[in-house]
Amino acid sequence: MELLPNVTMNHYLLVSVILFVIGVAGILFRRNAIIMFMCVELMLNAVNITLVAFSKVWGQSDAQVFVFFIMVVAAAEVAVGLAILMMLYRNMHTTSTDVLDKLKW
Amino acid sequence: MEKLVSLIPVFPLVGFLYIIFLGKGLSKNTIGAIGSGAIFLAFITSILVFTTQLHGANPTIVKVIDWITTPKFDIDISFIVDPLSTIYLLFITGVGFLIHVYSIGYMHEDEGFNRFIAYLNLFVFFMLILVLGDSYAMMFVGWEGVGVCSFMLIGFWYKDMANNDAAKKAFIINRIGDLGLILGMCMIFFHTGTLRYDDLFISESAASGLHGWDLHLAAIFLFIGAMGKSAQIPLHTWLPDAMAGPTPVSALIHAATMVTAGIYMVARSSAIFSASDVASDVVMWAGILTAILGATIALTQNDIKKVLAYSTVSQLGLMFTALGMGAYSIAVFHVITHAFFKALLFLGSGSVIHAMGGEQDIRRMGGLKSHLPITHITFLIGTIAISGIPPLAGFFSKDQIIAVAFEENMIMFVLASVVSALTAFYMFRLYFLTFRGSFRGTHEQEHHLHESPKVMTIPLIVLAVLSIFGGFMGFPHAVGHAMHVPHWLDHFLENTVEMEVLDMSVGTESILMILATVIALISMYIAYTKYMKNGELALEDDEITSSTHQTLASKYYIDELYEKIIRRPVDAIAQFARNVVEPKIIDELVKQVSLIPSGLGSVAKAAQNGKLVMYVLAMIAGLIILLSTLI
Amino acid sequence: MLTEYAFWFLSFVAIFSALAMIFSKNPVYSVLSLILTFFAIAGHYFLLNAQFLAAVHIIVYAGAIMVLFLYVIMMLNLNRLEEDKKSTWMKFLSVAAGGLLLFVLLAVVKRTDEITITAQAANSDCGLVENLGKVLYNDYLLPFELASILFLGAMVGAVYLSKKELA
Repeated sequence: MELLPNVTMNHYLLVSVILFVIGVAGILFRRNAIIMFMCVELMLNAVNITLVAFSKVWGQSDAQVFVFFIMVVAAAEVAVGLAILMMLYRNMHTTSTDVLDKLKW
Repeated sequence: MEKLVSLIPVFPLVGFLYIIFLGKGLSKNTIGAIGSGAIFLAFITSILVFTTQLHGANPTIVKVIDWITTPKFDIDISFIVDPLSTIYLLFITGVGFLIHVYSIGYMHEDEGFNRFIAYLNLFVFFMLILVLGDSYAMMFVGWEGVGVCSFMLIGFWYKDMANNDAAKKAFIINRIGDLGLILGMCMIFFHTGTLRYDDLFISESAASGLHGWDLHLAAIFLFIGAMGKSAQIPLHTWLPDAMAGPTPVSALIHAATMVTAGIYMVARSSAIFSASDVASDVVMWAGILTAILGATIALTQNDIKKVLAYSTVSQLGLMFTALGMGAYSIAVFHVITHAFFKALLFLGSGSVIHAMGGEQDIRRMGGLKSHLPITHITFLIGTIAISGIPPLAGFFSKDQIIAVAFEENMIMFVLASVVSALTAFYMFRLYFLTFRGSFRGTHEQEHHLHESPKVMTIPLIVLAVLSIFGGFMGFPHAVGHAMHVPHWLDHFLENTVEMEVLDMSVGTESILMILATVIALISMYIAYTKYMKNGELALEDDEITSSTHQTLASKYYIDELYEKIIRRPVDAIAQFARNVVEPKIIDELVKQVSLIPSGLGSVAKAAQNGKLVMYVLAMIAGLIILLSTLI
Repeated sequence: MLTEYAFWFLSFVAIFSALAMIFSKNPVYSVLSLILTFFAIAGHYFLLNAQFLAAVHIIVYAGAIMVLFLYVIMMLNLNRLEEDKKSTWMKFLSVAAGGLLLFVLLAVVKRTDEITITAQAANSDCGLVENLGKVLYNDYLLPFELASILFLGAMVGAVYLSKKELA
């Protein structure tokens, strides 16, 4: 089904999948907590794209409301997460997850 | 009128609940009034219900509510109104009321007064359920209920460990009997498909579905239940120890009512027992052995309550002897007269103990006649009544047991007469040592001596009157016929229990009566010469002189025997379990088993290494697996 | 025609700058690349008639969240990251996991072809502020209010966590 001329739902899903996997790859390859954080944001947005596309398909606003709420939660998460990172850096002088591995048994 | 029967147990139950939950701020007199008032109302109602049975047996089942309803098994909470249950009703509530009133005086200084009256009420409630229930199942509820109340009241003064031990002993020995009762009930149900008296004995006779050894076994199991409750050999040892409870408890539970539940049960099952000659013989022999054992031990006891306790054991034995010989109505007759005079004797002893400031040893008493005139007179009446001297109550019932024995079994006749003679002897020994002679206690005790308050003496007087005239409800057949006095009780119970028709001439019966009286009087005279004439304590009662005396004073070493053959092995098993099974086997096993999860845990622990990447990888792996199901 | 080209262009920008984000050594560049990605995504929203979301997206992400990232990076003075030491085994595992995930997701997406969707009469107005507002304040009022409480909590938490005395 075409959302735009010659652009189908699957195109959007494809873009979303690619962005999502890039986010996952970023988390796996990078050890810097800040970059990993940004990758999480990227993954959230990849999902947002599919939601908006589906909203267009079904002609319903609800999916867009979900996107809205995802943004809200992401913003809150970033605020707290970055605050924690600041504290960590202040105490440990690093943001590398290779060093920050004390949370275990 | 019969419908009123469902009200009767309600009164004591309400009394119990009220005192337990709302009785906190009330004065002792109010509590006492509530407690005895509840029983009094039950008594009045019982009389009303009783009148419906006066003109011919008219068994009625009054259903209250469904209890257990299954396709194969249907038990209601319902009550049976027939001569047997109503006559039990009358003396339970009647004697129960008097003992409640007495308790108000006896327990007045006790801090557990409220609890005591409440327990007594609860006991009466369960006792009423026991006799009113229309099936073995209902009876069992009451049976266990009175057991619990007995337990709580024996251990009423729980701060003394000895009382708790006595309570436990009573409860545990009763458990053994209860197991027998349960097995008996199971056998009856298995072979007849019902536990209701109505189906078994009254409107249909399903009990005839039991034959041969099934019948014998069912009856013997039921009798084992009765053994426990009514303290028959070999389960009699709890009753003397049960004297640890307050004296009104001994009077109500361990003399007048609960211990006669076994006789009620056997009389109720008379159709089963009379059909089983084996079981009847067992009952008879167990009864007479218990009677002799109790009577001989009572000769040597020096504790006023212990003497009465063994006397109770002995009298219960006589009742079972009568049951075993098929004289069910006479056994019930003896239950009733015994309830009167034994309650009287116990309450009298309570009055004595009260006056002596807790002293129970008759060697420290003596000469109480002048200090406690009312107690003395009533106690004397009770003693004469139990000794079987006409025309007091005990004479009629005991004489008829002996008469039946004369007809049935000469051995029983001789043994029962011996028991009768012993009874007269030890009771007069008790009387002389307590009330005659000179005071042997301390000066302080003598100064303290006083007659009990009215609230205690009036029940004594009422019971004394009943002990005098109670026997006339069962005037001997032949002599009674000649004198145009009917045997009222036999007529009353005619259609309810199996009847033993005695065919005895006036002459034989009169001779037996005279013989019984002479025996009792001789025993009394011997007691008089031994304990009164010298005015001194007989030597034997102060120190033990012969091995026979030693054996009797030690109660035939039965407790020691049980200690050796039952308790020691059980203790040994328990010790073994504690020292070997528990630490060496179970603990070790648990420890070994615990190694498995901790081993697994140390493996799984490696997965939580704090490396974020590893967590993400695991998550992605999960995601991949999840998604691959969608492909 | 123009919208089709716009789609391809925006997709290319988004993917390319996302890759740049994860591969650049300097975190400041990473942030800037991510902002570019977000702008491209906002462009997609425009194409899908979700104008309100597009605006909110730019304001919240580009305007607030990414600026926050930048601030943190600058405050921590992280413009030169010590390079991560990764074992080849780890690298292989990461590549395998990422590749497999991509493969599975693509397979799933491909399967959606087989599912016929009978679309409603496309209501192109659903992304307008008016319509979105109606839905948000009628059907999702409670979550909306709860979100505000969440925000308050996050705010208090963030302030508390970053207080110097705590250290």
